[in-house]
Amino acid sequence: MSKNEMIQITYREAVREAIREALRRDERVFLLGEDVGRYGGCFAVSKGLLEEFGPERIIDTPLSESGFTGAGIGAALGGMRPIVEIMTVNFSLLAADQIINNAATFLHMSGGCFNVPLVIRMSTGGGKQLAAQHSHSLEGWYAHIPGIKVLTPATLEDARGMLWSALEDPDPVLIFEHQSLLNMEGQLPANAGAVDIDRAQIRRPGSDLSVITYGASLFKALEAAEILAGEGIEVEVIDLRTLRPLDDATFLTSIASTHRALIVDEGWRSGGISAEICARIMEGAFYELDAPVERICGAEVPMPYAKHLEEAAMPQVEAIVTTAKRMVRSNG
Amino acid sequence: MAEFCMPSLGADMKEGILVKWKVEPGDQVKRGDIISEVETQKGIIEIEVFTDGTIEQILVHPGEKVPVGTVLATIRVPGEEAKAPREERPPEPTFKYKFCMISAQHKEGPAKRPPEPTPVTTAGKRLKISPSARKLAAELAVNLSTVQGTGQGNAITRADIERAAEAQNAAAPLAPVKPEAGMRQAIATAMARSNREIPHYYLATHIDMSNTMRWLASENKKRSIKERILPVVPLIKATALALGKVPELNGFWIDDRLQLQEAVHVGFAISLRQGGLVAPAIHHADLKSLPELMEALHDLITRTRGGRLRSSELTDATITVTCLGDLGVETVYGVIYPPQVALVGFGKIMEQPWAENGMLGIRPVLTTSLAADHRATDGHRGAQFLEALNQYLQKPEEL
Repeated sequence: MSKNEMIQITYREAVREAIREALRRDERVFLLGEDVGRYGGCFAVSKGLLEEFGPERIIDTPLSESGFTGAGIGAALGGMRPIVEIMTVNFSLLAADQIINNAATFLHMSGGCFNVPLVIRMSTGGGKQLAAQHSHSLEGWYAHIPGIKVLTPATLEDARGMLWSALEDPDPVLIFEHQSLLNMEGQLPANAGAVDIDRAQIRRPGSDLSVITYGASLFKALEAAEILAGEGIEVEVIDLRTLRPLDDATFLTSIASTHRALIVDEGWRSGGISAEICARIMEGAFYELDAPVERICGAEVPMPYAKHLEEAAMPQVEAIVTTAKRMVRSNG
Repeated sequence: MAEFCMPSLGADMKEGILVKWKVEPGDQVKRGDIISEVETQKGIIEIEVFTDGTIEQILVHPGEKVPVGTVLATIRVPGEEAKAPREERPPEPTFKYKFCMISAQHKEGPAKRPPEPTPVTTAGKRLKISPSARKLAAELAVNLSTVQGTGQGNAITRADIERAAEAQNAAAPLAPVKPEAGMRQAIATAMARSNREIPHYYLATHIDMSNTMRWLASENKKRSIKERILPVVPLIKATALALGKVPELNGFWIDDRLQLQEAVHVGFAISLRQGGLVAPAIHHADLKSLPELMEALHDLITRTRGGRLRSSELTDATITVTCLGDLGVETVYGVIYPPQVALVGFGKIMEQPWAENGMLGIRPVLTTSLAADHRATDGHRGAQFLEALNQYLQKPEEL
């Protein structure tokens, strides 16, 4: 296989490849979660892994988020490198005690003696008509918690490369895979590997406005940027990639040259990660701003089931285009 | 509430750029403190405050160019209560002529009630401008009062500032780029006005400098090289003392009348290496001893050439002294610096044949000239001044 060879791959397959690579490279790695084995994963991410790696490393669990997340924490403390899969971020609330009170605090509570090298993957976000108990974006909530890292891979490259870096991290890392990205297909170098998990990236350079986003909203922002470029507005699109720790240097630097910032976040506005980003801009780039910071967030309702209502409740390309135009070409 | 204004640092200064604040709202200031720096055609000048109090509000920000007389900051005088902030750019005061003195206005009576709190963001009160645009305006020295905002809610944006800066530059194509050019322009304006408005008369006399030179030589023997007194120092002192005898030469011609000044602040013309000159004041030259004058002169020359003059030094001079003797000039025919009414010129001290009591001798002789404003004085008084000057220089030990 030549070094530059590209392969056609979906986001789902990229995640699967990442898990497979981890299982191969490190015998301490195992996958644990609901339906990950015989069913092949609720979102078919782990399809075929049970056959390849056997029931000792691909472990189906009962519907018991708190229990199996706790088991993962215990295994990590015991020297293993578990990957816990929680079906959706909504269900992770059943394991919130394990994640927040145990995984995130253990290093501190043990006086630095015991770290928890645990990785928890879960799906997040709307757009698949899974309604109010499977579609929310609570990753910003987890970004509130010291002691854990919060990753939101949006690109194929990150879907493929973030897992290994997360497993290498000595502390708990949460990876949020957006439901609507799983079928996204594209080209990836055949030898794609680990990527950094602590820096935001500029996915499209521009001079008029910084759009700060992450996850599935990244592609809406990029689509909007393309439309805006046709109208002479150059938008810089920043993919945060990691919500905790937040790489504010990247977006503050961007704002220093564009002087305008728009945050696109599928999560709710009140008290969300968009509010945190907004606050950091005020703290770090107030004197660079030429217009008020604006936000396009998820509507503050439980996610509707009906297709048109669900669309209305989420940030869409059109809203980004309209808002960007108003911010850049404001005239009273 | 007292107002701290953009001072006039010369007869024809119309505007200045506020370069720097050395105080913040809430800081205590004392009369004489240097609280800001202003860039003029004469370079960057340190501005002193003329009142004691607390800085209440800063109204003009670094980088802004404002007309002379514009209130730069308000100062709460002791015993006065804090007031609601005023709008950033007050209407331009009807500025008359010379310096903008700090006017202490006690509008309210002693038993006033605490003022009603005014919201800072009342429409029209506070300038609506983006933080980045404000920063850019300071960098480009854009006058914000003329900028029309086109941003959200008519806020001023960077684009508005850029447009205003272009318009400003287009309107002022002769804007001085090099400080020397600005200085030349300032001198040109002041001197043209002097020649246009002031009916000069000129008097000159030869002064026997034997006594002064002899006394200086013996005096300087007692001093280290650094402490030695230059001949110009007794000349300045004698000028200052002679003004005590002819006070009409010490003052300003303002509003069609002579305004005598009690204090004698001798402006001493100092040429600058890059060209041009300034004549900053040596304060109370008549009250200083010769060593004190020497020190003051040295300090003044150093700071003038280093561009660190203070505002009072630029505005306070009540008469000007010009010495061109170092360059071999015999007689100076001076042009008065308005609104002053006299200029004393000293030429070279030269050994010359000098007849006295039927005897011929060789004496160090100085040609001293007076250029004076005929509106303020007549030749008769001018002559008395030169004679008084002569008398003082004959008794240097009494200077």
